[in-house]
Amino acid sequence: MNEINMRDEPLVYELSREGRIGCSLPRSDVPSTGMPPELARTELDLPELDELTVVRHFTRLSQKNFSIDTEFYPLGSCTMKYNPKANEVVASNPGWKNLHPLAEEQYAQGAIELLWRLQEGLREVGGFAAASLQPAAGAHGELSGVLMIHAALKELGETERKKMLIPDSAHGTNPASCTMAGFTTQTIPSGPDGSIDMEALRAALDDTTAGIMITNPNTLGLFERNIEDICRLVHEAGGFVYGDGANMNALTGVFKPGRSGIDVMHFNLHKTFSTPHGGGGPGAGMVAANETLAPYLPGPIAIKEASGYRLKMPAKSIGRVKAFHGNFGVLVRAYCYLLMTGADGLRQVAENAVLNANYLKSLLENDYPVPYKRHCMHEFVAKGTIAADVHTLDIAKRLIDYGFHPPTIYFPLIVQEALMIEPTETESMETLDLFAEAMKKIAEEARTDPELLHDAPHIAPVARLDEVAAARHPILCYRG
Amino acid sequence: MSFVPHTDLERAEMLKAIGIASIEDLFSDIPEHLRIEDLALPESISEIEAIDELETLASRNVKTKDMDWFLGAGAYYSYIPAVVPALAGRGEFLTAYTPYQPEVSQGTLQAIFEYQSMTAKLLGMSVVNASHYDGATALAEAVLMAWKARENRNRIFLPKDLHPEYSQVISTYCTSFDIEFIRYEGDPGQVAIDEDTAAIVVAYPGFSGQFYPVSKASDKAHEKGALCIVQADPLMCAIFKSPGEQGADIVTAEGQCLGNPLNFGGPYLGMMGTTDALIRRMPGRIVGQTKDKFGKRGFVLTLSTREQHIRREKAVSNICSNQGLSMLQTCIYLATLGKNGLQKVARLSYDKAHYAAQLIDSISGYHVVPKLFFREFLVETPDAAAKIVEALNKKGIVPGLALSRYYPERKNELLICVTEMNTKAQIEKLAVALKEAAK
Amino acid sequence: MAIDKNARYLESHEYAKPEGELMVIGISDHAQAELGDVVFIEFPAVGKELDKGVVFGTIESVKAASDLYMPISGKVVEVNEEVKNDPSLVNKDCYGSGWLIKVAPSKLSEFESLLDAESYGASIGEV
Repeated sequence: MNEINMRDEPLVYELSREGRIGCSLPRSDVPSTGMPPELARTELDLPELDELTVVRHFTRLSQKNFSIDTEFYPLGSCTMKYNPKANEVVASNPGWKNLHPLAEEQYAQGAIELLWRLQEGLREVGGFAAASLQPAAGAHGELSGVLMIHAALKELGETERKKMLIPDSAHGTNPASCTMAGFTTQTIPSGPDGSIDMEALRAALDDTTAGIMITNPNTLGLFERNIEDICRLVHEAGGFVYGDGANMNALTGVFKPGRSGIDVMHFNLHKTFSTPHGGGGPGAGMVAANETLAPYLPGPIAIKEASGYRLKMPAKSIGRVKAFHGNFGVLVRAYCYLLMTGADGLRQVAENAVLNANYLKSLLENDYPVPYKRHCMHEFVAKGTIAADVHTLDIAKRLIDYGFHPPTIYFPLIVQEALMIEPTETESMETLDLFAEAMKKIAEEARTDPELLHDAPHIAPVARLDEVAAARHPILCYRG
Repeated sequence: MSFVPHTDLERAEMLKAIGIASIEDLFSDIPEHLRIEDLALPESISEIEAIDELETLASRNVKTKDMDWFLGAGAYYSYIPAVVPALAGRGEFLTAYTPYQPEVSQGTLQAIFEYQSMTAKLLGMSVVNASHYDGATALAEAVLMAWKARENRNRIFLPKDLHPEYSQVISTYCTSFDIEFIRYEGDPGQVAIDEDTAAIVVAYPGFSGQFYPVSKASDKAHEKGALCIVQADPLMCAIFKSPGEQGADIVTAEGQCLGNPLNFGGPYLGMMGTTDALIRRMPGRIVGQTKDKFGKRGFVLTLSTREQHIRREKAVSNICSNQGLSMLQTCIYLATLGKNGLQKVARLSYDKAHYAAQLIDSISGYHVVPKLFFREFLVETPDAAAKIVEALNKKGIVPGLALSRYYPERKNELLICVTEMNTKAQIEKLAVALKEAAK
Repeated sequence: MAIDKNARYLESHEYAKPEGELMVIGISDHAQAELGDVVFIEFPAVGKELDKGVVFGTIESVKAASDLYMPISGKVVEVNEEVKNDPSLVNKDCYGSGWLIKVAPSKLSEFESLLDAESYGASIGEV
């Protein structure tokens, strides 16, 4: 088990000593120009550290983290698969790092060609007509997609269609994106089998319907068997279908969402396509569309012409959603992964992701109730209701003592005391066995010695931080 | 290569444990006619081959080092100390997730808190978030934030002298909202702010490089109950008065120049800060300091009720991620350079840019436009700037951005940027070449 | 769960309680327990006129945020400054020092149409 750094680490401001400098800069080789005194800054409160102190400080900080490189990290809905080191090697090439976004097209042919190839590859995986790599994250891709639907409806003169339907199991970004695009939302309940309630859906469809945002497999890890009917009904009612591709890891090479009737979809490249999570970002959220919505994609996107590769705004584009071309440094990694994995590898990804999830489920379901009995896809939701006075939070904290990052907790909202577990395809059988063993031990502890869970974690630099105090009296920067 | 560790034997064992005959059974929920066999993509290749192919592609690009580089316009060729990629690239930072479990994410959380602290001081604001996607999206969200904070006011003043891509992003983000944008020229302190104004946006500096003091505009805005949003160059704030001390209510900036490579446009770093009064309206992740049950100091994500995972359709924004790694690189950069180093970098850029401007302004036919600028300045050229650029490219110089690339009618304008990476020799060579091109 | 007998309630757990000419508005014990530790309340401006059923503010815990609905129409005459500084008062004493706003009611008849203590108790499953 990896040993986490337990020692207190001071803040950079606390390590600061007046006069220290952390790096060397060349001497100025030009005459100095005066500055207007009334505009000159008089005080700049930044720390002063020597380089070695900087190195020790951030090295020690890094050792306080759990990470994929050090621990099993089964966060449901996040797809914490191995981030290949080859990705890092290619991303550090100066041909990418030192390429300015406004270099003229003839000087950036390698980059634009990469964009084009990645667009083509990803849209093939999804089964779509075209793709844009400009969105910087999944939520950014969602915003783009909903804005595209907004634009399409406007062009059709359907300005009364302001309502997006959203399943109650949806990720919070879905309704939030709708609000940003000027839509209102209506929640569609899930049925007892974990899928969208078709009766409720039919009842909700009318001529104010703009469309539906659907995640497939859904956040319960279950495939929406009625996907074709759902798309057909929404289309018949005059709406569009947005596909949230966060769970694509269950489907690569097995199923193409574009074929089931989805009009526009985003992928999370930092999930399915192995780009690193970086402690919260940067991600990249490709958005792809069918023939109908392709003209509205955010741009510019890469196109291939006889004379070379170009950047062009789609015909009816919703416009730019970001300056320049997208999180290119992330896209380079995704493309490297796509090349290494290939068509055959992508199928293995989905097959083994789903195999791992079902295997882990079979090991855990006797101790942790799983509300839905059918095979799950790449993730499953279990309940932490294993003992009267024990909550999912306590189970999560106790897992830390066993050297595992906890799964996603309390999401989706429709399952009480939810534990969402997604092992991904890059985990070995013995890792899954060890995790299951730990979970079983914790279940036992919950029954015989619940205090162990309530007081957990015992082996962590800090334990049960006071989030109430943090919110009541926010301290959001160093006050020295 | 799919990075799947299983052997066939292990797979068989797992299938047995689940109680099924083959993996196919696990996909039984997918209608058969929708299942596919093949993707129209090349087969997998080895790591060696993939790296090789990507190197070939990379070699087709012209990097900043290949030419004398004087092009900025929103992305800056800057010095990145070796410690920045060395530390940020550590697996424990690189492959960690969003710090939702604080006990095992103190590394990430403390780094975010340190970033928030240093950038709050740099920008002069009470609180800075853990970052937005980039400067453009941060500004767009700031506009929406100010508009929502001033109910019944629909007017936002935007400078004409704003990066055109930033204007485009604002336009996309505000598509569905009934906001009246009024474009103004020149000194923001002269703008006629009224009781219908929700906010005035000040570019510090503007796209042409020209900047004005902010206080007059912010005073006027506050008199009328409006807000002042400043979109700033963060490096400029090291030696010029910060937007915060000049009365800004919201500050946004592009943090790329502080430790992040050019990377053909991303990932960059949207910086965003605000006052105490507006904290709860600001989008984006925020880290706060607190104590654990033993009284030890620790850090947590806080004020989460603004965010999408709790407020859903009522969230301040839909943003879910932050630019974690880019933010970490900026944090390490600021810690490494520190007060003295950052001021030195800013001074180097300022002095070199002014030296260049002086030389160029004295060439017949060229005229430097801004009266007050930091490290970027618009130049009126004697001939079409695009032609001049082409001529200089042949001499190994990228002299700047021809404005006609954004504004076809502005043919004789060139935006030149000089950073700490440009040498005196390069600057003098630029001036000579520009003179040649005018003949 | 404590239910103040002098107050009347909305199904969404806000209460109104007469105090002289004014009405005191807050949230019930059941509501504060469900919410958890209160961290922040967004208050309306003093002087604002609000109708019954309209959102007058929001109340937040670490994990949740809820809109607050006016149980009766009226003009806001006072907001609880003490609660602003110490939101835990809402958890500790929701009917007393944890009150949220005081209004001058514009339609007293609305008070009668709210749920009385017994009916509110029944609605939340208290016998």
